Amino acid sequence: MTFDEGQGYVVLATILLPLAAALILIFTPGTQKMAVRYISAVTGAILAGLSIYIFVAYQVDGPQAQMNLNWAWVENVAFLGPGGISLRLAVDGISALLGLLTGVVAFAGALASWKIEYRNKDFYILYWILLAGVYGTFFAYDLFFFFFFYELAVMPLYLLIGVWGSTRKEYGAAKLTLMLVGGSVLIWIGIFATFHQAGIGTFDLPSLWAAGQDGTISAAAQKAIFPLMVVGCGVLAALWPLHTWSPDGHMSAPTAVSMVHAGVLMKLGAFGIIRLGIQLLPEGAEFWMPALMVLGTVGAVYGATAALTQRDFKLISGYSSVSHMGYVLMGLATMNTIGITGAVLQMFSHGVMTALVFLMIGALYDQAHTRDMKEFGGLARVMPLWVIFYAIAGLANVGLPGFSGFTAEFHIFVGTFRTYPVFGALAIFAAALAAAYMLRMFATVFFGPLNPHWKDLKDLTPIERLSGAMLIASIVIMGVWWAPFTDRVGHTVTLLPGVTG
Amino acid sequence: MRDYALFIPEYIACGVALLVIALELFAPRVRKDLLAYLTALGAAAWFAAGLAFLDRDPASYQGLFLSDDFTAFFRLLAAGVVAVVALISAEHLKRQRGIDQGEFYGLLLVAGSATTIMAGATELLTAYLALEILSFSLYVLVGILKRDLRSNEASLKYILLGAFSSALFLYGLSLVYGAAGTTSYPGIAEAFAGRDAGLDPAVAVGMMLILAGVGFKVSAAPFHMWAPDAYEGAPLPITAFLSTLSKAAGFALILRLFSTAFVTDAESWRWAFLALAAITMTVGNLIAIQQRNLKRLVAYSSIGQVGYMLISIAALGYGDAQVGLNATSGLLVHLIGYIVTTLALFSALTAAVNRTGSEEIAGLRGLAETQPFLALVITASLFSFAGLPFFAGFTTKLFMLQGATTSETIWVVALAVLNSFISLYYYLMVIRQMYLFDPIGEAVRFRVQPVLWGLAAVLLLGILLIGMYPGPAFEFSEQAAKPLFETASAATARVQAP
Repeated sequence: MTFDEGQGYVVLATILLPLAAALILIFTPGTQKMAVRYISAVTGAILAGLSIYIFVAYQVDGPQAQMNLNWAWVENVAFLGPGGISLRLAVDGISALLGLLTGVVAFAGALASWKIEYRNKDFYILYWILLAGVYGTFFAYDLFFFFFFYELAVMPLYLLIGVWGSTRKEYGAAKLTLMLVGGSVLIWIGIFATFHQAGIGTFDLPSLWAAGQDGTISAAAQKAIFPLMVVGCGVLAALWPLHTWSPDGHMSAPTAVSMVHAGVLMKLGAFGIIRLGIQLLPEGAEFWMPALMVLGTVGAVYGATAALTQRDFKLISGYSSVSHMGYVLMGLATMNTIGITGAVLQMFSHGVMTALVFLMIGALYDQAHTRDMKEFGGLARVMPLWVIFYAIAGLANVGLPGFSGFTAEFHIFVGTFRTYPVFGALAIFAAALAAAYMLRMFATVFFGPLNPHWKDLKDLTPIERLSGAMLIASIVIMGVWWAPFTDRVGHTVTLLPGVTG
Repeated sequence: MRDYALFIPEYIACGVALLVIALELFAPRVRKDLLAYLTALGAAAWFAAGLAFLDRDPASYQGLFLSDDFTAFFRLLAAGVVAVVALISAEHLKRQRGIDQGEFYGLLLVAGSATTIMAGATELLTAYLALEILSFSLYVLVGILKRDLRSNEASLKYILLGAFSSALFLYGLSLVYGAAGTTSYPGIAEAFAGRDAGLDPAVAVGMMLILAGVGFKVSAAPFHMWAPDAYEGAPLPITAFLSTLSKAAGFALILRLFSTAFVTDAESWRWAFLALAAITMTVGNLIAIQQRNLKRLVAYSSIGQVGYMLISIAALGYGDAQVGLNATSGLLVHLIGYIVTTLALFSALTAAVNRTGSEEIAGLRGLAETQPFLALVITASLFSFAGLPFFAGFTTKLFMLQGATTSETIWVVALAVLNSFISLYYYLMVIRQMYLFDPIGEAVRFRVQPVLWGLAAVLLLGILLIGMYPGPAFEFSEQAAKPLFETASAATARVQAP
């Protein structure tokens, strides 16, 4: 076994560990609520450790795909040739960063769910199945398993939101599930078409990528399939106008699910656009990217505008997520190195920042049972730490230098100005709107006179502080020392097909 | 020489059937669930004997019946389904009065044997007779709740429409026979391939009539009208039997007939299958949304599933032997996945209905509180039907649709994927009842009969196994599909030689 393959088992462990945790929890008695929490916290901690290891161990001067693991699964039968479907896992610069994001958010989310009392065992079982799906999608190098894990990540959401959610949970859960599965249906059709067009009898992604680049998949076919893939993934990435599940879903979801969902799951969609769009169908990407640029810009401006008019904390964050994912799509659509690097950095930045925001909202809502902004005021006096944490998240959201948001958005804006100056200007306008809705909220909620009704609110619990501190550390590190991030992402982005310098 | 040994497994099945009937006749006081276990045991012996017929050279009985891996595949499937349905019935029938249980179990075995003959038939009348044996067994089984008016109505409706479809089928046979001058599949293929003129319109009509006849049997829309009523009126285990084995048998007959006898005139029937597939899946899934009764829901959802499977038959006509092999292997592996899933669903549903007595979807309210294991099995089966990962339906459906993808069929494949999205909606409505709502009355855990619990657990493991490690099932299916296309390509080669 080579060292690289040995590392591959670490990658495999990120998928198997959450599944193992789910299995252990199934056989844990439901009355042992503390045991359930400890098992989950330990799982989260190990996952975060593994993710950090993968991120650090990825060598920026090494080959593209590192930590390879390849197990044949089904081959040489009917339409499948040699190596037809294999559990092939590998890490590239993009997935190394997104794996890190998943580890941090998963651990933070596991801690944030500490307070759940109602059937917390079932909650964590579904939670860990979801995370296994997320890790699997990021690290899969096989089209079949990419889709397998992608669906696996979407599946538990219905019950997670439907059973443990809040405001209009049934509606939110059903809408979210149906829209997301509707998106994956399009991907599924795209997969059938791609496999048929490539005609090489394998789902191996590198082989299919090669087929896409050397013209085995014809340009006409690529142009036809690309919209299926990108709209399908785009639903999960809150591509305007298919973003409508996002605010409703976030409003209904329990804290940890919002964290993981906005923090990681929405990134799966954008990641899918890279894997199945840019890498698999470069001709299609070249043809369709201007359209994605328009939709991304509309999403960025629309999300920011809508956030400005909302009063519910979660809706503000939900629309702000639409806006930030709009930036991600814009970055991808630039098709130049700096823009796409910025998009990937933005995925990370928005992931940790949004997770922090939802953690804070959850900490407040669990006590106050309302999320209406207008009912609060002067919370800085009773919950100082909460205000500081929230403010950091908010400032990162606005893109203040020193926080991760600045690094990411700066790259995107530079990339956009190179190819589409007009859209770059609109993006900066949206960033200004972000400052407006954040500062408006700060002014109303944090400062001003304290409503005596809220004088008994408690500040963050130690577990919430730990959870939040991890996320803040990620935000600040990326904001001040971004070289390790940009190096890894750039290493992969420069080699994407069709990407200009 | 007449090779009577080819039917040894069926001798076992029919022997046990006679034994079960005689046992009840001569020892009327015998405990009725013993009959069920005896049937299951007989089916297991039948299965074991069937294993011995795998991997053998094809052997024909008088040109009427071909024993090859394709036949063996359906024999094993039939034996498995009969065993599971008998076990499901053991507890369920205790709660029904006025059932002649000896007949019930005997007919299960007879119907299973008929499935084998349908799969192996290489002659039109043999196929027809096997089809009728299966149908007659099912007519009786559907109406076996003699004191239940719905069951009577279901049986009558099923008999009338079934007889009508048999007539269509038979008329189609006679037209084909008139043109080809023979009823044997290879003979028909040779006669059609060797003719000088184009296809006789009478033969085209005959093919369409045959297609309509088998369309009834597999309940393809617009020939599906009997299915929801028959499913609703029949006892639960028979509903499971109808939605698994009778469909599998229909597909076995279609596959062998259209891949060997009618293969040379593919362009005159392939479009009809494609249209049938598109209509069937859309009708089934759209009507399923409005159902409130569990059995009717399953009926319409299984009509939807039939629609997906019909694409594979159409793909047979749109490609060469390799495409045919891919499509057929995909269809067979999906049949395995579909049958295991359906049986898991029904063993859990039967356990729930045994307790609640309600066959409405709303009767499952709060099942996650009162019996979490059953709720889990039902959820897993429904997710498997919808094609979500981890479960059999995801991989088998993907294999089937990928195998059926050709440049002409891809539009219908896309429609199938959209349809499985529609189906997720009504499956979620069932899951919602179980997980999101509190049970009516007190939330007391209830116990499940050990047989049903064990059955549900084993089948759930089956769903997971096929979903996560489908290699063996897929290879087995390809092995079963191969004989159809070896003979077909041999026939084509023979035709092209001079």
